Amino acid sequence: MTIKEIFDAMSYGPAPESNAEALAWLARHEGRFGHFIDGAFTPPENTFETRNPATGAVLAAVSQGSDATVDKAVAAARRAFPAWARTPGHQRARILYALARLVQKHSRLFAVLETMDNGKPIRESRDIDVPLVARHFYYHAGLAQLLAAEKPGMAPLGVCGQVIPWNFPLLMLAWKVAPALAAGNTVVLKPAEYTPLTALLFAEISREAGLPKGVLNVVTGDGATGAAVVANPEVAKVAFTGSTSVGRKIREATAGQAKALTLELGGKSPYIVFDDADLDSAVEGLVDAIWFNQGQVCCAGSRLLVQEGVAERFHDKLKRRMDGLRLGDPLDKCIDVGAIVDPVQLETITSMVAGSEGEIYRAAVQVPTGCYYPPTLITGLSASSRLMQEEIFGPVLVSMTFRTPGEAVELANNTRYGLAASLWSENVNLCLDIAPKLKAGVVWVNGTNMFDAAAGFGGMRESGFGREGGWEGLMAYLRPDRTAKPLKPVAAVAEPKTPEVPDMDRTAKLFVGGKQARPDGGYSRAVWSAKGRLLGHVGLGNRKDIRNAVEAAHAARGWGKATGHNRAQILYYIAENLSARAGEFAARIKDLTGMRGEAEVEAAIQRLFTYAAWADKYEGAAKPVPIRGIALAMNEPLGVIGALCPDEAPLLGLVSVMAPAIAMGNTCVLVPSEPFPLSATDFYQVLETSDLPSGVVNIVTGAHDELAKPLAGHLDVDAVWCFSSTPLSALVERESAGNLKRTWVNNGQARDWATAEGREFLARATDVKTIWVPWGE
Amino acid sequence: MTLMKTDTAGTGLLPTPTHARNAGMPLDLDWVAGVEANTSAIERRCATLPGRRSVKKEYQAAWLLKAITLIDLTTLSGDDTPGRVERLCAKARQPVRQDILNRLGMPGITTGAVCVYHEMVETAVRALEGTNIPVAAVSTGFPAGLSPYALRIREIGESVKAGAREIDIVISRRHVLTGNWQALYDEMAEMRAACGEAHVKAILATGELQTLRNVARASLVCMMAGADFIKTSTGKETVNATLPVSLTMIRAIRDYQARTGFKVGYKPAGGISKAKDALVYLALMKDELGHAWLQPDLFRFGASSLLGDIERQLEHYLTGQYSAGYRHAMG
Repeated sequence: MTIKEIFDAMSYGPAPESNAEALAWLARHEGRFGHFIDGAFTPPENTFETRNPATGAVLAAVSQGSDATVDKAVAAARRAFPAWARTPGHQRARILYALARLVQKHSRLFAVLETMDNGKPIRESRDIDVPLVARHFYYHAGLAQLLAAEKPGMAPLGVCGQVIPWNFPLLMLAWKVAPALAAGNTVVLKPAEYTPLTALLFAEISREAGLPKGVLNVVTGDGATGAAVVANPEVAKVAFTGSTSVGRKIREATAGQAKALTLELGGKSPYIVFDDADLDSAVEGLVDAIWFNQGQVCCAGSRLLVQEGVAERFHDKLKRRMDGLRLGDPLDKCIDVGAIVDPVQLETITSMVAGSEGEIYRAAVQVPTGCYYPPTLITGLSASSRLMQEEIFGPVLVSMTFRTPGEAVELANNTRYGLAASLWSENVNLCLDIAPKLKAGVVWVNGTNMFDAAAGFGGMRESGFGREGGWEGLMAYLRPDRTAKPLKPVAAVAEPKTPEVPDMDRTAKLFVGGKQARPDGGYSRAVWSAKGRLLGHVGLGNRKDIRNAVEAAHAARGWGKATGHNRAQILYYIAENLSARAGEFAARIKDLTGMRGEAEVEAAIQRLFTYAAWADKYEGAAKPVPIRGIALAMNEPLGVIGALCPDEAPLLGLVSVMAPAIAMGNTCVLVPSEPFPLSATDFYQVLETSDLPSGVVNIVTGAHDELAKPLAGHLDVDAVWCFSSTPLSALVERESAGNLKRTWVNNGQARDWATAEGREFLARATDVKTIWVPWGE
Repeated sequence: MTLMKTDTAGTGLLPTPTHARNAGMPLDLDWVAGVEANTSAIERRCATLPGRRSVKKEYQAAWLLKAITLIDLTTLSGDDTPGRVERLCAKARQPVRQDILNRLGMPGITTGAVCVYHEMVETAVRALEGTNIPVAAVSTGFPAGLSPYALRIREIGESVKAGAREIDIVISRRHVLTGNWQALYDEMAEMRAACGEAHVKAILATGELQTLRNVARASLVCMMAGADFIKTSTGKETVNATLPVSLTMIRAIRDYQARTGFKVGYKPAGGISKAKDALVYLALMKDELGHAWLQPDLFRFGASSLLGDIERQLEHYLTGQYSAGYRHAMG
């Protein structure tokens, strides 16, 4: 076009970012890459191609890591671990700082390479991904510096196996690698098969930061390579970001292996627009929510919920904005939406949309040939529509309307996922009321897709567990520094040859919904004293009793809204009432276990006091994120916690589990000590007299190996803890995969219940919700 | 309702779109009260704007030439003299060295208008004879707008009589700050009436309105009362045109058009001095409002030093070498 023609048309022309340096880097490696193991690249093996999705051109051949490769990488990480774990925090901080600086110094190379490998617009890789990567390493340099002083008594886990997705290849590397290294762990990272290049560049550059050999290893390959990393017995921790279906498989595969696990999975995040919102800004927010990175974002605001009265106007504005989006060459600096990562993903998106019953609006934009999909809005859907429930992972927004704030919350939470949520309203009362009610690990008020290293990110429900970013993210790479002893099975006292029978029959029942209940199955077991006296009978609960108890626990969810002060009062009152019957409880322990019970009762009373104290003191945080505003880290109860209580400490074990759970606002289903259940059944009488609302604590006695499965598998239980002396850790972790509930199991290790209290328990009883609140008029 | 023929600086180069002049509408206080503007979100959008759009090479040259045709070349100083204004008008006629324009294939472009105080209107009109470059007069007790109301209205008539085809009025900021929308509406409507056939640009003095919500509401009320253009600033406030203010006003223009069908023009003024800034504004107008708002009948820059930077950029485009200010004629 001549200048005159352009002057008349005022069109955008090409504005290409040069890829010369990136191509030169690929050429230096002759377009072939091995793995990065023990500080050096291995010779390429079993290579496969990685392509530029925008052009289809082959960028490089990378290696398919075999089980043997993974073993080699893990062995290198294992060798490097002791020295790296001992390296002073300050020294680790220096190296992380150097990594941050190196990312900045090579920022454009990283950005261009990322865009070539992934297809995302250069604006995003240049202005969002890479700066966030540098920020993450800076922030974690600081955590490494402060760790020893701020988190005494914590130790690194060992070798971390990290499997990351293709949508933010380098950023997800940073989110995984930075906290692992800061905490003193070593790493085997498996980047996604579509997008391995920036991880390889990072590995190469890490040598200039002074990272010791073997501390960071990168093994490329497909899902099989990832599975080998996950399965390796020397891996102490698995961190995965990716789809919920793969996350579930990883949960099942690692069950019982005593591996720490964090999962950051899929989402169908609601984007709620109230009628008093700044509608234009909310429309613009959607551009950043669902057309950011072609919608291939786990926390994409993909489910629009708009208040009915403004829906038509909002959709009109939205369509107009969609028409203005520019789709095309991701290396062009004037492009809003780039290429879909791979033809396979494009086909997935295409077929999902094709099957929708909604009204489909495609942006009136030129769609280049190749791996592109136009920004799309689907309206007229209902909650039951497939696309309202399932993640599309593409530039497709689905929309429906709501009438009231209450209905907005119900619709928003009507999903298996719980990763993120956006809400738009100019009414601060409404915003601050709604944010805590949303089942989401991250809530953005009048904004979307805001990220920072200081603010925790992660999901609830089937969006996974664990947080990345902030101190809470670092804690996922540490463990309490204590040596564990194996837990021996604790058996019930067997029926004596010459039973001694009491004058009065005693029947211990289950405690469900505030009522004493007979076991559904109608079976009981005799409980004998250590000296052979019949102490009474205890009901043998079954799966239906678990079902009833979970229902009762849900019915009591108002407990989560009680004030901390109120919960504290009730915990103190439980302690008071237990104290009044201390002698009786001590005698019961003596009868059951043959050991003196006074100390255990006293410890239980103290423990109740401890959590009464904590109930209004487990504080969240106000994160200094780089916006005008704040990111609030709120400790929220998980919901319903199921627990298989310790066998060896019949009263203290139960109280140690129950008290932190209810202090934080959870309700619970407790399966008490299997051999010594009568302390628990005595204890419900204390609960009954302590003003504890019905259903907050439910007690189902019975066989741990029978009750563990229905409890851990129950899809409406949010967390399950297992401290049983029956080896059930593997079963609990495996069964938990159904709804990806949080698990905490003993892996057959003993614990000293006399000292088992405090923040470790509180953290297990809560999820951190990060609420971003920008402000300014 | 009169149909306005777009003036395109008489070059014959430009398309001549027509659109209905804003006839205004009754004051709708519910609409005004319902306007929301979320400052943080607007700022975030604006912060990413320069990174989202990039115009290079011949496209950049063409866009910068377009920007020139949208400039209200302005002098608003106490020491303005006829000689100074004549020099400015000469620059408006010939904004870029002829050899540069010839090489770009755009020989006849001029600036969008010349903007002066009332006392300089006749001088400017004379100096621009033979062109289609309109003279704009700032008016109504510019810049504070606190002289007697009757005199402010009369001042408009005087400037129109002197040959001004565009009148840049200042609103009474106190009406906005006290929420007296009726008073603002009445004032604006009377000023519009006083302009007659001359087009009226309403200067909101956004730096003094302080909040974007105020800016959005004042924009709407002025459009309801018949403003042909809404304009950010006098150039005399401590804060002048900013991207967040612009986005807020542009969105108001879009909503007003959606509701009434009338297209209202936009003029950011003050603080836009770099060619790169001008490109960002043009992209903003193109993306938010569309092609019609890239023409002088719906978009102007109020600027004095912007032209100099554009001249240097154009020479750089042709030679590949960075230019110097003294190589281009003063205005």
